[in-house]
Amino acid sequence: MNYLSIKNHQSVPVDTIPESEYHSFLIGNIKLMEGNVDRHCVNYFGMRDGKDIRLFCCVADDSAHTIMLTSCRVDAKSNLESFSALNLNFEKFEREIHENFGISYSNHPWLKPVRYSTSRSDAGSGMMTYPFFGIDSEELHEVGVGPVHAGVIEPGHFRFICNGEQILHLEIQLGYQHRGVEQLFLEKKKLLQRATLAENIAGDSVIGHTTAFSYLWESLAGLEVSDDVLFARTLAQEIERTAIHTGDLSAICTDIAYQLGSSVFGRLRTPVINYFQEWCGNRLSKSLIRPGRTPYPYTEYLAGRLIEVFDAFEPDFDEMIEQTLKLPSVLSRLERTGVLTYQQVLEIGTVGMSARMHSLERDIRTSHPYGLYPLLDHNPIVKHHGDVHSRARIRREEVKQSISYLRSLVTKIPNETHYDPTAISNMPLKPDTFALSMTEGWRGEICHVAITDSRGELALYKIKDPSFHNWLALALSVRNNEISDFPICNKSFDLSYCGHDL
Amino acid sequence: MIGFILIVFVSLFFTGIIIRTKSLAAGRKGPGIFQPLKDIFRLFRKGSVYSQTTSFIFRLAPLVYFSSVVMASLLIPFGVSRAVIGFEGDFIFFAYLLGLGKFFNIISAMDTGSSFEGMGASREALFSMFAEPAFFILMGSFALLTGFTSFYDIFNAIHLNSYTGYALGVMAALVLVLLAMIENSRMPVDDPKTHLELTMVHEVMILDNSGFDLGLILYTGYLKFALYGALIANFFIGGLALNAALPLYLLIQFSFAVAVGLIESFMARFRMSHNAQFIFALSSVSFLIFFGVLLIMGKLN
Repeated sequence: MNYLSIKNHQSVPVDTIPESEYHSFLIGNIKLMEGNVDRHCVNYFGMRDGKDIRLFCCVADDSAHTIMLTSCRVDAKSNLESFSALNLNFEKFEREIHENFGISYSNHPWLKPVRYSTSRSDAGSGMMTYPFFGIDSEELHEVGVGPVHAGVIEPGHFRFICNGEQILHLEIQLGYQHRGVEQLFLEKKKLLQRATLAENIAGDSVIGHTTAFSYLWESLAGLEVSDDVLFARTLAQEIERTAIHTGDLSAICTDIAYQLGSSVFGRLRTPVINYFQEWCGNRLSKSLIRPGRTPYPYTEYLAGRLIEVFDAFEPDFDEMIEQTLKLPSVLSRLERTGVLTYQQVLEIGTVGMSARMHSLERDIRTSHPYGLYPLLDHNPIVKHHGDVHSRARIRREEVKQSISYLRSLVTKIPNETHYDPTAISNMPLKPDTFALSMTEGWRGEICHVAITDSRGELALYKIKDPSFHNWLALALSVRNNEISDFPICNKSFDLSYCGHDL
Repeated sequence: MIGFILIVFVSLFFTGIIIRTKSLAAGRKGPGIFQPLKDIFRLFRKGSVYSQTTSFIFRLAPLVYFSSVVMASLLIPFGVSRAVIGFEGDFIFFAYLLGLGKFFNIISAMDTGSSFEGMGASREALFSMFAEPAFFILMGSFALLTGFTSFYDIFNAIHLNSYTGYALGVMAALVLVLLAMIENSRMPVDDPKTHLELTMVHEVMILDNSGFDLGLILYTGYLKFALYGALIANFFIGGLALNAALPLYLLIQFSFAVAVGLIESFMARFRMSHNAQFIFALSSVSFLIFFGVLLIMGKLN
């Protein structure tokens, strides 16, 4: 099977992506990934093309820093052999294709709806008819949690099958947050509208998603941005990482009822978030990242404030995390809770923190570098136990690492370049082009793909939040744990509902 | 009679002190001492909502729970002042009165048919079962030591004036403090602040209660706390005159509340499976008290 190798943020004409017949497409892609831990599927989706469905598969090679593209044309009514039976990486992707286009798979292990998207092929199916995995036993019992979350965060339904206090099986049903973001990208034609959409894919990964969208758009428009734009994006991404990781540590402490940690980390997160307010006027960093330009130039004053904020942050953070991860009662809750084995991590194909918690080095900042990361000489932080404790420790070290990057970044602020916002938003996109963009948000790999039609309009926009891969990791990690440890496992992954539901 | 009045008096601000301590420890200002009480008055003015799946048991349970604790409070003496009700073997009556209240709580939780509440009920039943031996071995040992079987007589006859005696006093206080934490579903066994149903013990059992019923259950919790505080205080104020006993009693209750607040601030709660071990370990401390008593009585050679 032929494939086309591209780099991150590169765009290529759609016809250059080789098309193969389904069987060789399947075997070829499985062969590409077989026995190679550096390769995983970053996106696999379908696009309606006349009567047919054209499937695109994007497999990233982390050591070669390339993404291998292949495609295949199938009939919507066809019954296909499934990738997932051979490689679980594809499980969610195939379910999505099945849901959107009605393609059926003969040997898919778990062919269930993903999110009940508004454009699903079987409009008759819905939340109320979701086919839950059932039990027929006198000894076991089921516990259903949600869709309204106890802390009223985001909606999702969790169905546990338990033996007393022990979880045997967890099934996660999402889709309550579906807004049809991918469809909205096609309908909203203005650049500002699209950038605003990207900001609202997941409220906690504003920088990650908007950056991915911006690179993608620039690649499609053929626009080269200068250093100050790259600088702002890299800086903002690391501030976001620090803020959310600190907030997560606070939430982990709340879930194990460790009040001191909960309130101290909560307090520490606030000035970091508030720093965005000083920079761009919004605490959630909305409007900070825009395609082609940077609307809020970085100044010496802001750099000084950043150093002030983190000079106050670091000593308190160090002291508190030291205390927390030394306290016996905390350790007894974190260690050996929610463990995933290396084999499982690999099979599911998790990304970001959920991969790095168990020796799997997946970090777009090194594997497909972008922005100013090549200059930072980034070294991913990897842990080896795959439990809640590993995930807490990754956060601790990533916060420290990000702060050191921030400190070194602000020593040389690039000169401001002048951009004309109107000219940028009116730039035409290349016709019949495929573009792929990946960024490393705080949660992990974010992947956006766009395809334009012959007039240069978007024909397809595909978003993949890291949560899409990682929800399955949560479901597997809680097996054989106590049901009362579920919240802490959930929080340690801290996956996005709306990022998954789109 | 004074004993009962004092328990009601202390119950008015006991939880307020715990919450205030926790707030201060977390660097916050915190609500006023009487905020929990105000919340209860707010709930008392509200109507209750009942699920259609529940039966009369669900409506009855809060009242039974409340009356059982009030009844148990009537059994607690105050130093040299007798309790309202006192008879031979009243500590057994005391334990099973609380047991009755708990039993109704558990079946009322099961009555709702919710899978959460069933889980909470099962946990509560398990933990109470493990806590029971600790209480009886403790009280039994002191009954053996003093030769009496009612609270009033036991407390007035205890003279912890040897080293072994002091050790017994400390251990007894420890067992009672921890029992109070378990019985009132506080940390480290249960986290009263959590919003996560899956980790709750007591809180999840009252998820369906609302309005007046909820207010009653909450107030009963405060009363129960003060009740245990009074029990602990009695170990130390046994034979003291009223003017010395009263400040000591209030001091002990106050320190108890502050201690609970501090424990809840500076440690994480136990893993659910460790709770049973922890509670069962209390019984072994009670056994130490039993052996201490045997030592004092010279029955161990």
